[in-house]
Amino acid sequence: MAPVIQIRDLVKTYHVGEVTVRALRGANLDVEPGEFVSVTGPSGSGKSTLMHILGCLDRPTSGTYILDGKDVSRMSKDELAIIRNRKIGFVFQGFNLLSRTTALDNVELPMLYNGAEKLKTAERHERAMEALKAVGLGDRFHHFPNQLSGGQQQRVAIARALVSRPTILLADEPTGNLDTRTSIEVMDIFQRLNAERGITVLLITHEMDIAEHGTRLVRFRDGRIQIDQKVAKRRNAAEELAALPPPEPEVPFLPSDEAPVEHHGGVV
Amino acid sequence: MSIFMTLVIALKALSRNKMRTMLTMLGMIIGVGAVITMVALGKGAQSTIEEQVKAAGTNLITVMAGNFTQGGVRQGGGMSTTLTPEDAEALRQLPGVQYLAAGVNSRAQLVAGNQNWSSQIQGTDVELPLIRNWPAKYGSFFTSQDVQSAAKVCVLGQTVADNLFGPDADPTGQIIRIKNQPFKVLGVMAPKGSTGFGQDQDDAVYVPYTTVQKKLQGIQHINQIQISAETPETAPVSAAISEALRARHKLMGSDPDDFMVRTQEEMASVRTETTKTMTTLLAAIAGVSLLVGGIGIMNIMLVSVTERTREIGLRMAIGARGKDVLMQFLVEAVVLSLFGGLLGIAMGYGLSAAAEKFLEWPTSIPPNAIGMAFGFAAGTGVFFGFYPAKKAAGLDPIEALRFE
Repeated sequence: MAPVIQIRDLVKTYHVGEVTVRALRGANLDVEPGEFVSVTGPSGSGKSTLMHILGCLDRPTSGTYILDGKDVSRMSKDELAIIRNRKIGFVFQGFNLLSRTTALDNVELPMLYNGAEKLKTAERHERAMEALKAVGLGDRFHHFPNQLSGGQQQRVAIARALVSRPTILLADEPTGNLDTRTSIEVMDIFQRLNAERGITVLLITHEMDIAEHGTRLVRFRDGRIQIDQKVAKRRNAAEELAALPPPEPEVPFLPSDEAPVEHHGGVV
Repeated sequence: MSIFMTLVIALKALSRNKMRTMLTMLGMIIGVGAVITMVALGKGAQSTIEEQVKAAGTNLITVMAGNFTQGGVRQGGGMSTTLTPEDAEALRQLPGVQYLAAGVNSRAQLVAGNQNWSSQIQGTDVELPLIRNWPAKYGSFFTSQDVQSAAKVCVLGQTVADNLFGPDADPTGQIIRIKNQPFKVLGVMAPKGSTGFGQDQDDAVYVPYTTVQKKLQGIQHINQIQISAETPETAPVSAAISEALRARHKLMGSDPDDFMVRTQEEMASVRTETTKTMTTLLAAIAGVSLLVGGIGIMNIMLVSVTERTREIGLRMAIGARGKDVLMQFLVEAVVLSLFGGLLGIAMGYGLSAAAEKFLEWPTSIPPNAIGMAFGFAAGTGVFFGFYPAKKAAGLDPIEALRFE
């Protein structure tokens, strides 16, 4: 099967003042459909830059990036926006939900920018509800982000990433703001989406135990891939959860550590 | 994203911060409201003048002796001695002249019994009521017999009658004294109110011009000739009058006129111009508040873009193109200014109605002012909303997502 992601000699240099930062110095990577790749590395190793290029938020200085059979490394900004909308689902460390906006509206957001397939309001609701059910939040669709716990907010964000049926799911430190138990819950969702739906997952993290939930481990160092290997002993989030002591009763309306995207008079 | 969705989104966004939205709109409301009110007051004044001109008759022509622009010792209109009753008779023969009355003006103290009143003595001819379309309230106007014999008869204006005989009294047949000479009152003219220039037309006594010439002033010339043309097309008639008078006064090619010909239209247009200038000035001042309102919108939109940087970053990450973000913020600014403009139009109507009711100022709101105010409001929104929107659209999604 053709790889869903294929990068060749990817180089990215920035100019910060007079200093030239060589964030990527010729990275090569192939990701097959259905893989669950964990990308790790110390800060400054270039994994965030790789994530931005893989997520089509940025373009490489040189080298090629073929996503789902299309060379996206030389596309215009507007073309990249369409690729992001259709092929990529983002999950961020800080959730980035719109405040004062219900979970359902948050999940519907990507479909508003889906220019080609115009969806009717009813269809949008249906698909958003489906995505929320997939992350186990079918009954919380009318809640506002500040009425949800951190784990629940991240699950809304995952539903938002899923709703446009993307080719790859890009998760940038998705557990960085979560406690151990919630982190494993989130990994459980990723593992199930990966296993049951065959969604390709790219997970960026600096925590080894989180990274071991993937099928393959890629380690970055100084802008190049240092280690690229299969995960020998893959962790199973569902089993880990069962082994943990039962959860404390959930406290709704608990404000999370991370404030949602400030949303003054915001939209949707 | 469709324009309809963008609009829905903008409305939802604005409704989430009602206080700020209201305050931002207030600038537009006051700006548009002020422009509409000022234009309404100006147009009201203009149409009042036009009505007054119509009431006075648009076919009036006045010939005055002397000319402001004459060399030597300059005298006001009506002060020269070159205009004669013969000139008046000659003008009567001109085509297009309907009625004509020679006039001699004077001022004197009027005495009736133990009352006295200072007023204008207008020596005139029998056709004056026809020229001015002006009936008598009591009695009747004097006759050509009276003019020929320079009879000591007079017709009072309403204000004079009120002051000498009291309101509602019919003084017909009474005697008043002008410069110690007894004049028989033949009647009282119907009240006519003030002219377009604020002059009380009822504060005058009308006597045969021959009487003023011979019995009051001892002069041969006349001060003015009032003429009504057959049609409101007064320009050719006034040109013919000028030509005839120049010939009669033996004025050569470059000699200046020793008389002035003024049409009612000319006089009215001077005042209309003045009012127009005032209206434009007031509207311009009001326009400044519209500008301030626009700057207010820009200010709030800039604040909003900064506050919502991460939101913009997220929208871009999930597929919003630069132009989607641009449209979102632009539509928000335009919705702000358009709603403000609509409320401003309502306020303009309210203020105009209030001015009409409580200050008794005439107002009239021209329909194109509504369209213009609305257009200006929309224009302001686009103009002042564009810079913040452009700023939002130009954000780098990576930087925006990292923004704290």
